[in-house]
Amino acid sequence: MGIHAIRMPDIGEGIAEAEISEWLVKPGDVLREDDPMVAVMTDKATVEIPSPVTGTVVWQAGAPGDVIAVGAELIRLEVDGPGNVAGDTPAPAAAPGPSRQAETAPPDPEPAQPKAEAPPEPEPAQPKAEAPPEPEPKAEAPAPKPAAKPAAAASPAPLRPEGERPIASPAVRARAREAGVDLRLVRGSGPAGRIGHEDLDAFIASGGIPAPSGPQPDGSVEEIRVIGLRRKIAERMQAANSIPQITIVEEIDATAVEDLRGRMNAQGKGARLTLLPFIARAIVRAVHEQPLMNAHYDAEAQLIRRFGGVHLGIAAQTPTGLMVPVVRHAEALDLRATAAEIARLGTAAKEGTAKRDELSGSTITITSLGPLGAIASTPILNLPEVAIVGVNRLAVRPFWNGAAFEPRKMMNLSCSFDHRVIDGWDAAVFVARLKELLETPALIFVEG
Amino acid sequence: MREIQCRLLVIGAGPGGYVCAIRAGQLGVDTVIVDAEPPGGTCLNVGCIPSKALIHAADEFHRLAELSSNPSMGISAGGARLDLGATMAWKDGIVTRLTGGVATLLRKAKVRLVTGQATVRDGKTVLVETPEGPVQIRAEVLVIATGSEPIEIPALPFGGKVISSTDALALTEVPGRLAVVGGGYIGLELGIAYAKLGAEVTVVEAAPRILPQYDAELTRPVAQRLTQLGVRVLTGARAGGLSDSGALRVAGVDGAEDIQADKVLVTVGRRPRATAAGLAGLRLEMAGPFIRIDERCRTSMAGVLAIGDVTGEPMLAHRAMAQGEMVAELVAGQRRAWDKRAIPAVCFTDPEIVSVGISPEEAAAAGREVVTGLFPFVANGRAMTAGDETGFIRVTARADTHEVLGIQAVGAGVAEMAGGFALALEMGARLEDIAGTIHAHPTRGEALHEACLRALGHALHI
Repeated sequence: MGIHAIRMPDIGEGIAEAEISEWLVKPGDVLREDDPMVAVMTDKATVEIPSPVTGTVVWQAGAPGDVIAVGAELIRLEVDGPGNVAGDTPAPAAAPGPSRQAETAPPDPEPAQPKAEAPPEPEPAQPKAEAPPEPEPKAEAPAPKPAAKPAAAASPAPLRPEGERPIASPAVRARAREAGVDLRLVRGSGPAGRIGHEDLDAFIASGGIPAPSGPQPDGSVEEIRVIGLRRKIAERMQAANSIPQITIVEEIDATAVEDLRGRMNAQGKGARLTLLPFIARAIVRAVHEQPLMNAHYDAEAQLIRRFGGVHLGIAAQTPTGLMVPVVRHAEALDLRATAAEIARLGTAAKEGTAKRDELSGSTITITSLGPLGAIASTPILNLPEVAIVGVNRLAVRPFWNGAAFEPRKMMNLSCSFDHRVIDGWDAAVFVARLKELLETPALIFVEG
Repeated sequence: MREIQCRLLVIGAGPGGYVCAIRAGQLGVDTVIVDAEPPGGTCLNVGCIPSKALIHAADEFHRLAELSSNPSMGISAGGARLDLGATMAWKDGIVTRLTGGVATLLRKAKVRLVTGQATVRDGKTVLVETPEGPVQIRAEVLVIATGSEPIEIPALPFGGKVISSTDALALTEVPGRLAVVGGGYIGLELGIAYAKLGAEVTVVEAAPRILPQYDAELTRPVAQRLTQLGVRVLTGARAGGLSDSGALRVAGVDGAEDIQADKVLVTVGRRPRATAAGLAGLRLEMAGPFIRIDERCRTSMAGVLAIGDVTGEPMLAHRAMAQGEMVAELVAGQRRAWDKRAIPAVCFTDPEIVSVGISPEEAAAAGREVVTGLFPFVANGRAMTAGDETGFIRVTARADTHEVLGIQAVGAGVAEMAGGFALALEMGARLEDIAGTIHAHPTRGEALHEACLRALGHALHI
């Protein structure tokens, strides 16, 4: 028998560290070769790392949320044969993190509930067992009573017969009332089932406060560790918010493009089209005329990288959070192909099967909340890009055509720009061009 | 018309109302309290306090008078004289000091006291006829603490020789013959006091025995004392009107009888002032003659609360005070609800009676398995040295858990033990708790310790 240490593999170009998003095994589990051990998260994607050997898990590095450097020890298995670690080499100190101890120290002292359940609790201090009602009493021998510890106070079982008042001092009763605790639900550890302050403390600590009727103030605070994708999003949003952004909201009469879309869908060729591929095509067209919009700004290098290819990020809400799958080389795709690619990437992102290179490298981004799209929004740039197009909700609104109101399908575009490199004038021209293209969709398809 | 706005308006400055107002003031609630009389209500002005003053004076006088005719402990005295007018003046001095004290406490708590008769206009508005003219008070929360008043019997309307307890506390001469209609605690307290002051007292009670709300064991020492004092007790007897000669007509078990009396004191109970002061106009839900309240003293109308005698039995000052305190804290936004386990009741008869919780009789009637213990003062050293061995302390506890369910006592000075008895019940004491507590020797309180030991089967001194 020996110990085999597995290190964090290099899982992508230029990745120096990865965050543990979930352990798929725990100490004591037997792993076979190629069984997945752990899910780690890089910039955008979650990757499952399989075990290269067969063995029993004896040590793990860190808890979900901890960041492990590539090449650092990730897990140790006990294997048949010599292993790759000298027997007495201590495991490295795992990455720091508050949750680590909770994860690795085996008998977790923290939750009281398991304890309350595990050993068969002595019967709720039955009065009878406690005070023998013998007519011929003996001396003051205190009857043996079950060692009811305050920890047992959180029993959900009915503790005293129906209609019987709990025994508690006025001070305990007043505290219970302030805390919203129904003392009938609290087990008393005192003689005759009397509820003491320590019983009430134990009950409250066990979280056994039943929901009182009616609206009640809720003083609880739940701490949620910001890890994984949420942490990535938070970091990127933080970075984006530190730069000056300008947002322009423009009104688009989408009646014509909607008519066109309706007719194309009515033809029944290919998948059903949404408005998104039309907007994508319009953007490709517009950035062709204003290439500065399709760029990355590298502030450190004082450099703007203008891209020939349009790699269109499509912001999508997924079960784990916001993701931006990328339609690569949108300039080389026609409308149907664009639509198909958007659909494919959206599904992949939602199912968590998007590959790493499908989730990075965009040069300009579209964000749309669909039917929730509001009338205006302030999209945050997907750095290091310099422009983002937000699509707001489409609705039929009255439009003054010079003689009368007519119902038109109206929609707003809310577009944000990196104001360090995009001037307001250029931004306005870009948005005006998008408006023109979408209001007269034929222009999108007219060559050059 | 002057207008006052406030958060809390308390109608009635009796023990419930003034405690409510003081507590609310302490908690920073803008509070106004209204009463036509000096603050203190029935309790301070014409109830608990003046009657206790009279009872004490009667005890002192009686002791001296006894020593003159019947020396004891080697003491004899002679020439005990009574000036009841001076006694009443002394009593009035105490009342004035206490009502003045309450007014000061209200002021200290920044409560505005408005003197005058209140009329409720609606759930938020009250009109007060003050000596300076009418005042309209608008409040967010109204607390009804209008209390209670003596019940009049149609056949014996108050006036002339027919007097109420209030009048009995203002006599300046001891009536030669006093008939007391109603053998409850008020009638007996005053009847015994006047008997000790020299009146020839007859008590007429419709029930088969005096103090019918207490059990016979508990009231027997009082009945015996009445006999010693020469008080005639007619039980199972109904008082009719006055005869032409001014005698009290009584229909008793042995036939009708005319009782000659200089004063007829009618103490057949008290009724809540639940419809006076315009309260009827609020159309509050009632519980019999009382205003119905819930565990937070709320009436059927939002923003209108009620405390004290107007809300039901037991009509006792200390119940009203506890309700008043709770209501003030509720108005101040604290979480409170009525969860008292014990409201002690005390009779300042001779001997005194205290009762907290249930009696053995009540336990039996409810089918509860209990153990009881009784310890007589005859076996108590302190009672012997104080020259009064009447009475006992009795405890009732659950048979299974020994949780104390009730404590009663009858004897000299036992009223002072009421707080301790109530504490035992509120704390959920078991017999073993009291038995395990050192009671000072020599005191009458040792009888409680012994009663609990006895209930546990191992009394030491009996």
